[in-house]
Amino acid sequence: MSVLKYAPEALKNLFKPPVTTKYPFEPAVYPEGARGHIEIDIDDCIGCGMCVRSCPCGTLSVDKMAGTWSIDRFDCIACGYCVEKCPKKCLHMIEGYQTPGVKEGAVTYTKSPEQLEKDRIAREEQAKKAAAAKAAAAAKAAEAKAAAAPSGIEQAAAKKL
Amino acid sequence: MAEVIHPEEQIIEIDVDQLLTKAMELKKAGFRLSQACAAFVNEKFELSYSFAEDKTYQYTTLRVVIDTDTEVPSITDIVPPAVFYENEMKELFGVKIKMISLDYENRFYRIEEETPFGPKNGADASGEKKEEA
Amino acid sequence: MGKRSVIPFGPQHPVLPEPIHIDLVIEDEKVVEAIPSVGFIHRGLESLVDRRDYNQMTYVVERTCGICSFQHGMGYCEAMEHVFGVEVPARAKYLRTIWAELGRIHSHLLWLGLLADGFGYENLFYQCWRVREKILDMQEMTSGGRLIFSVNKVGGVIKDIDKEKLDIILKTIDEVEAELETIKDTFLLDYSVQSRLQGVGIVTKEQAHDLGAAGPFARASGIKTDMRKLGYAAYPDLDFEPIVSATGDSYARCYCRIMEIFQSIDLLRQAIAKIPNETDLFTPVKGNPDGEYFMRVEQPRGEAVYYVKASGKPYLDRFRVRTPTFANLPGLCEMLKNTQLSDVGLLVLTIDPCISCTER
Repeated sequence: MSVLKYAPEALKNLFKPPVTTKYPFEPAVYPEGARGHIEIDIDDCIGCGMCVRSCPCGTLSVDKMAGTWSIDRFDCIACGYCVEKCPKKCLHMIEGYQTPGVKEGAVTYTKSPEQLEKDRIAREEQAKKAAAAKAAAAAKAAEAKAAAAPSGIEQAAAKKL
Repeated sequence: MAEVIHPEEQIIEIDVDQLLTKAMELKKAGFRLSQACAAFVNEKFELSYSFAEDKTYQYTTLRVVIDTDTEVPSITDIVPPAVFYENEMKELFGVKIKMISLDYENRFYRIEEETPFGPKNGADASGEKKEEA
Repeated sequence: MGKRSVIPFGPQHPVLPEPIHIDLVIEDEKVVEAIPSVGFIHRGLESLVDRRDYNQMTYVVERTCGICSFQHGMGYCEAMEHVFGVEVPARAKYLRTIWAELGRIHSHLLWLGLLADGFGYENLFYQCWRVREKILDMQEMTSGGRLIFSVNKVGGVIKDIDKEKLDIILKTIDEVEAELETIKDTFLLDYSVQSRLQGVGIVTKEQAHDLGAAGPFARASGIKTDMRKLGYAAYPDLDFEPIVSATGDSYARCYCRIMEIFQSIDLLRQAIAKIPNETDLFTPVKGNPDGEYFMRVEQPRGEAVYYVKASGKPYLDRFRVRTPTFANLPGLCEMLKNTQLSDVGLLVLTIDPCISCTER
């Protein structure tokens, strides 16, 4: 049992520099790979919605036609599951925390006009292709129907008799 | 190298009326109550009372499967620390447990919704609602 | 015999930042009975299972508690791995052990600081948290988060700790150990600290067993139990013995936790020395879970139970976590009987309560 066990250490601490960082005057240092906030390379995004479905707190939303991706920073828990799930690897976890905002709400990222134009052309081509394929399929079906119809009538006729 | 004990976990299915005797047996065998919880599966309550032994690390669970309107006797007379678990079951699931030694009367958690984990309002919850009101 | 009156303790109390309310029935200055009530911050995390699939739940479960977040995630993943019947790669097991022990050191240091604050030793409080800051830096360096790691995954872990980082951890825990020596001496030998802790809030071995106490609270009363002996993660390969004290008072609980920090440092050294060189960090898990399992994990505060029940759907039927504080509440009420009113704040602190965990 002893008295003033901690006194020497307390005295030493008087003359030691503080362990904390004087933040606004010195920069905050984040280690490599720190989970700060999520950023997106919006032009690489294909709007598949994998991130929206994987997010545990439902903070993300994607509009494929408009080419937008939005995140509500207040809901995001920075777990990094969407980054892991993204098939195009266009989501990134960036070091350093999100800077404070003045109002609550989702932040929306929109694709650049060039990328939107490219997407639109690609979509139109795909639509054309799909339409062509559909027309071909319809024609085929009609042919098959035409071939099958007489037999149907025959059968019905046979039944009547 | 450290000695590692990992006996198989036991789940014993019992009827409601066996619960007190089985709990007594386990307590006499030197077990302590580790946890108790309810689950609402296939329109039935599954109550699990888990007992643990500290020397051999044996883990035994008593499983009681009951209808939503069956009354369950409280084990708090035999195992006093079951108080909080039973209050939790009663409040979150609406399991009818009678004679809890310290009954919080659904004020254990301060939640707005009654029995949020239990049967949803509509089909068979109407009877319960009346009783709680 | 004096007149009985009821004094409310909490939900806001300077001694602990979390909301627990205890009605203290007192006679003169002596507590006769204590009736706790919780539920101020019930969040219903358990009920999220029917809206989040089992992979998303990993992140939800982890956020049950800020202090033992890694161990919550680990317990859930181990339970799911038992349901799936997959074996985790050896390196992932060791990484889990390293993170779990780092978490234990920081949790115990946090508690020691709060205890020092509880009996009015501000200097010691800051010293404990100053040491803890180094551990937090290690956690941020290895996982990317200071407290919430998000490195667990059903089947293994996501991130690896490379050789250089392991060396930095070794170097840091050497420094931490040296600094801990003075703190340990102050807590265990200082006259004023001893007079606040010794002989206060005694829980006997029988009482602790009957009331289902867990973790350091039970070990301080002489029950030799440690869930790490069950052999999850890499603990089967490591050499350790549960730290037990016989007296069961506040001093014993303090002693157990301080010694556990040294034990964790030792376990970290063993784990880093033995970690195998593998590139596999997780075993892919296919399909949907089917089955049920009770997983027990030794958290800094004691035994935590994770119960998962699944029936072949991506959403679990039931997930339940029984946190150590929930098990220690009956012990706390028993302990408060026949103590002085002025000791109540400190005694509540000695079970290391984590109320947000308790209510999920």
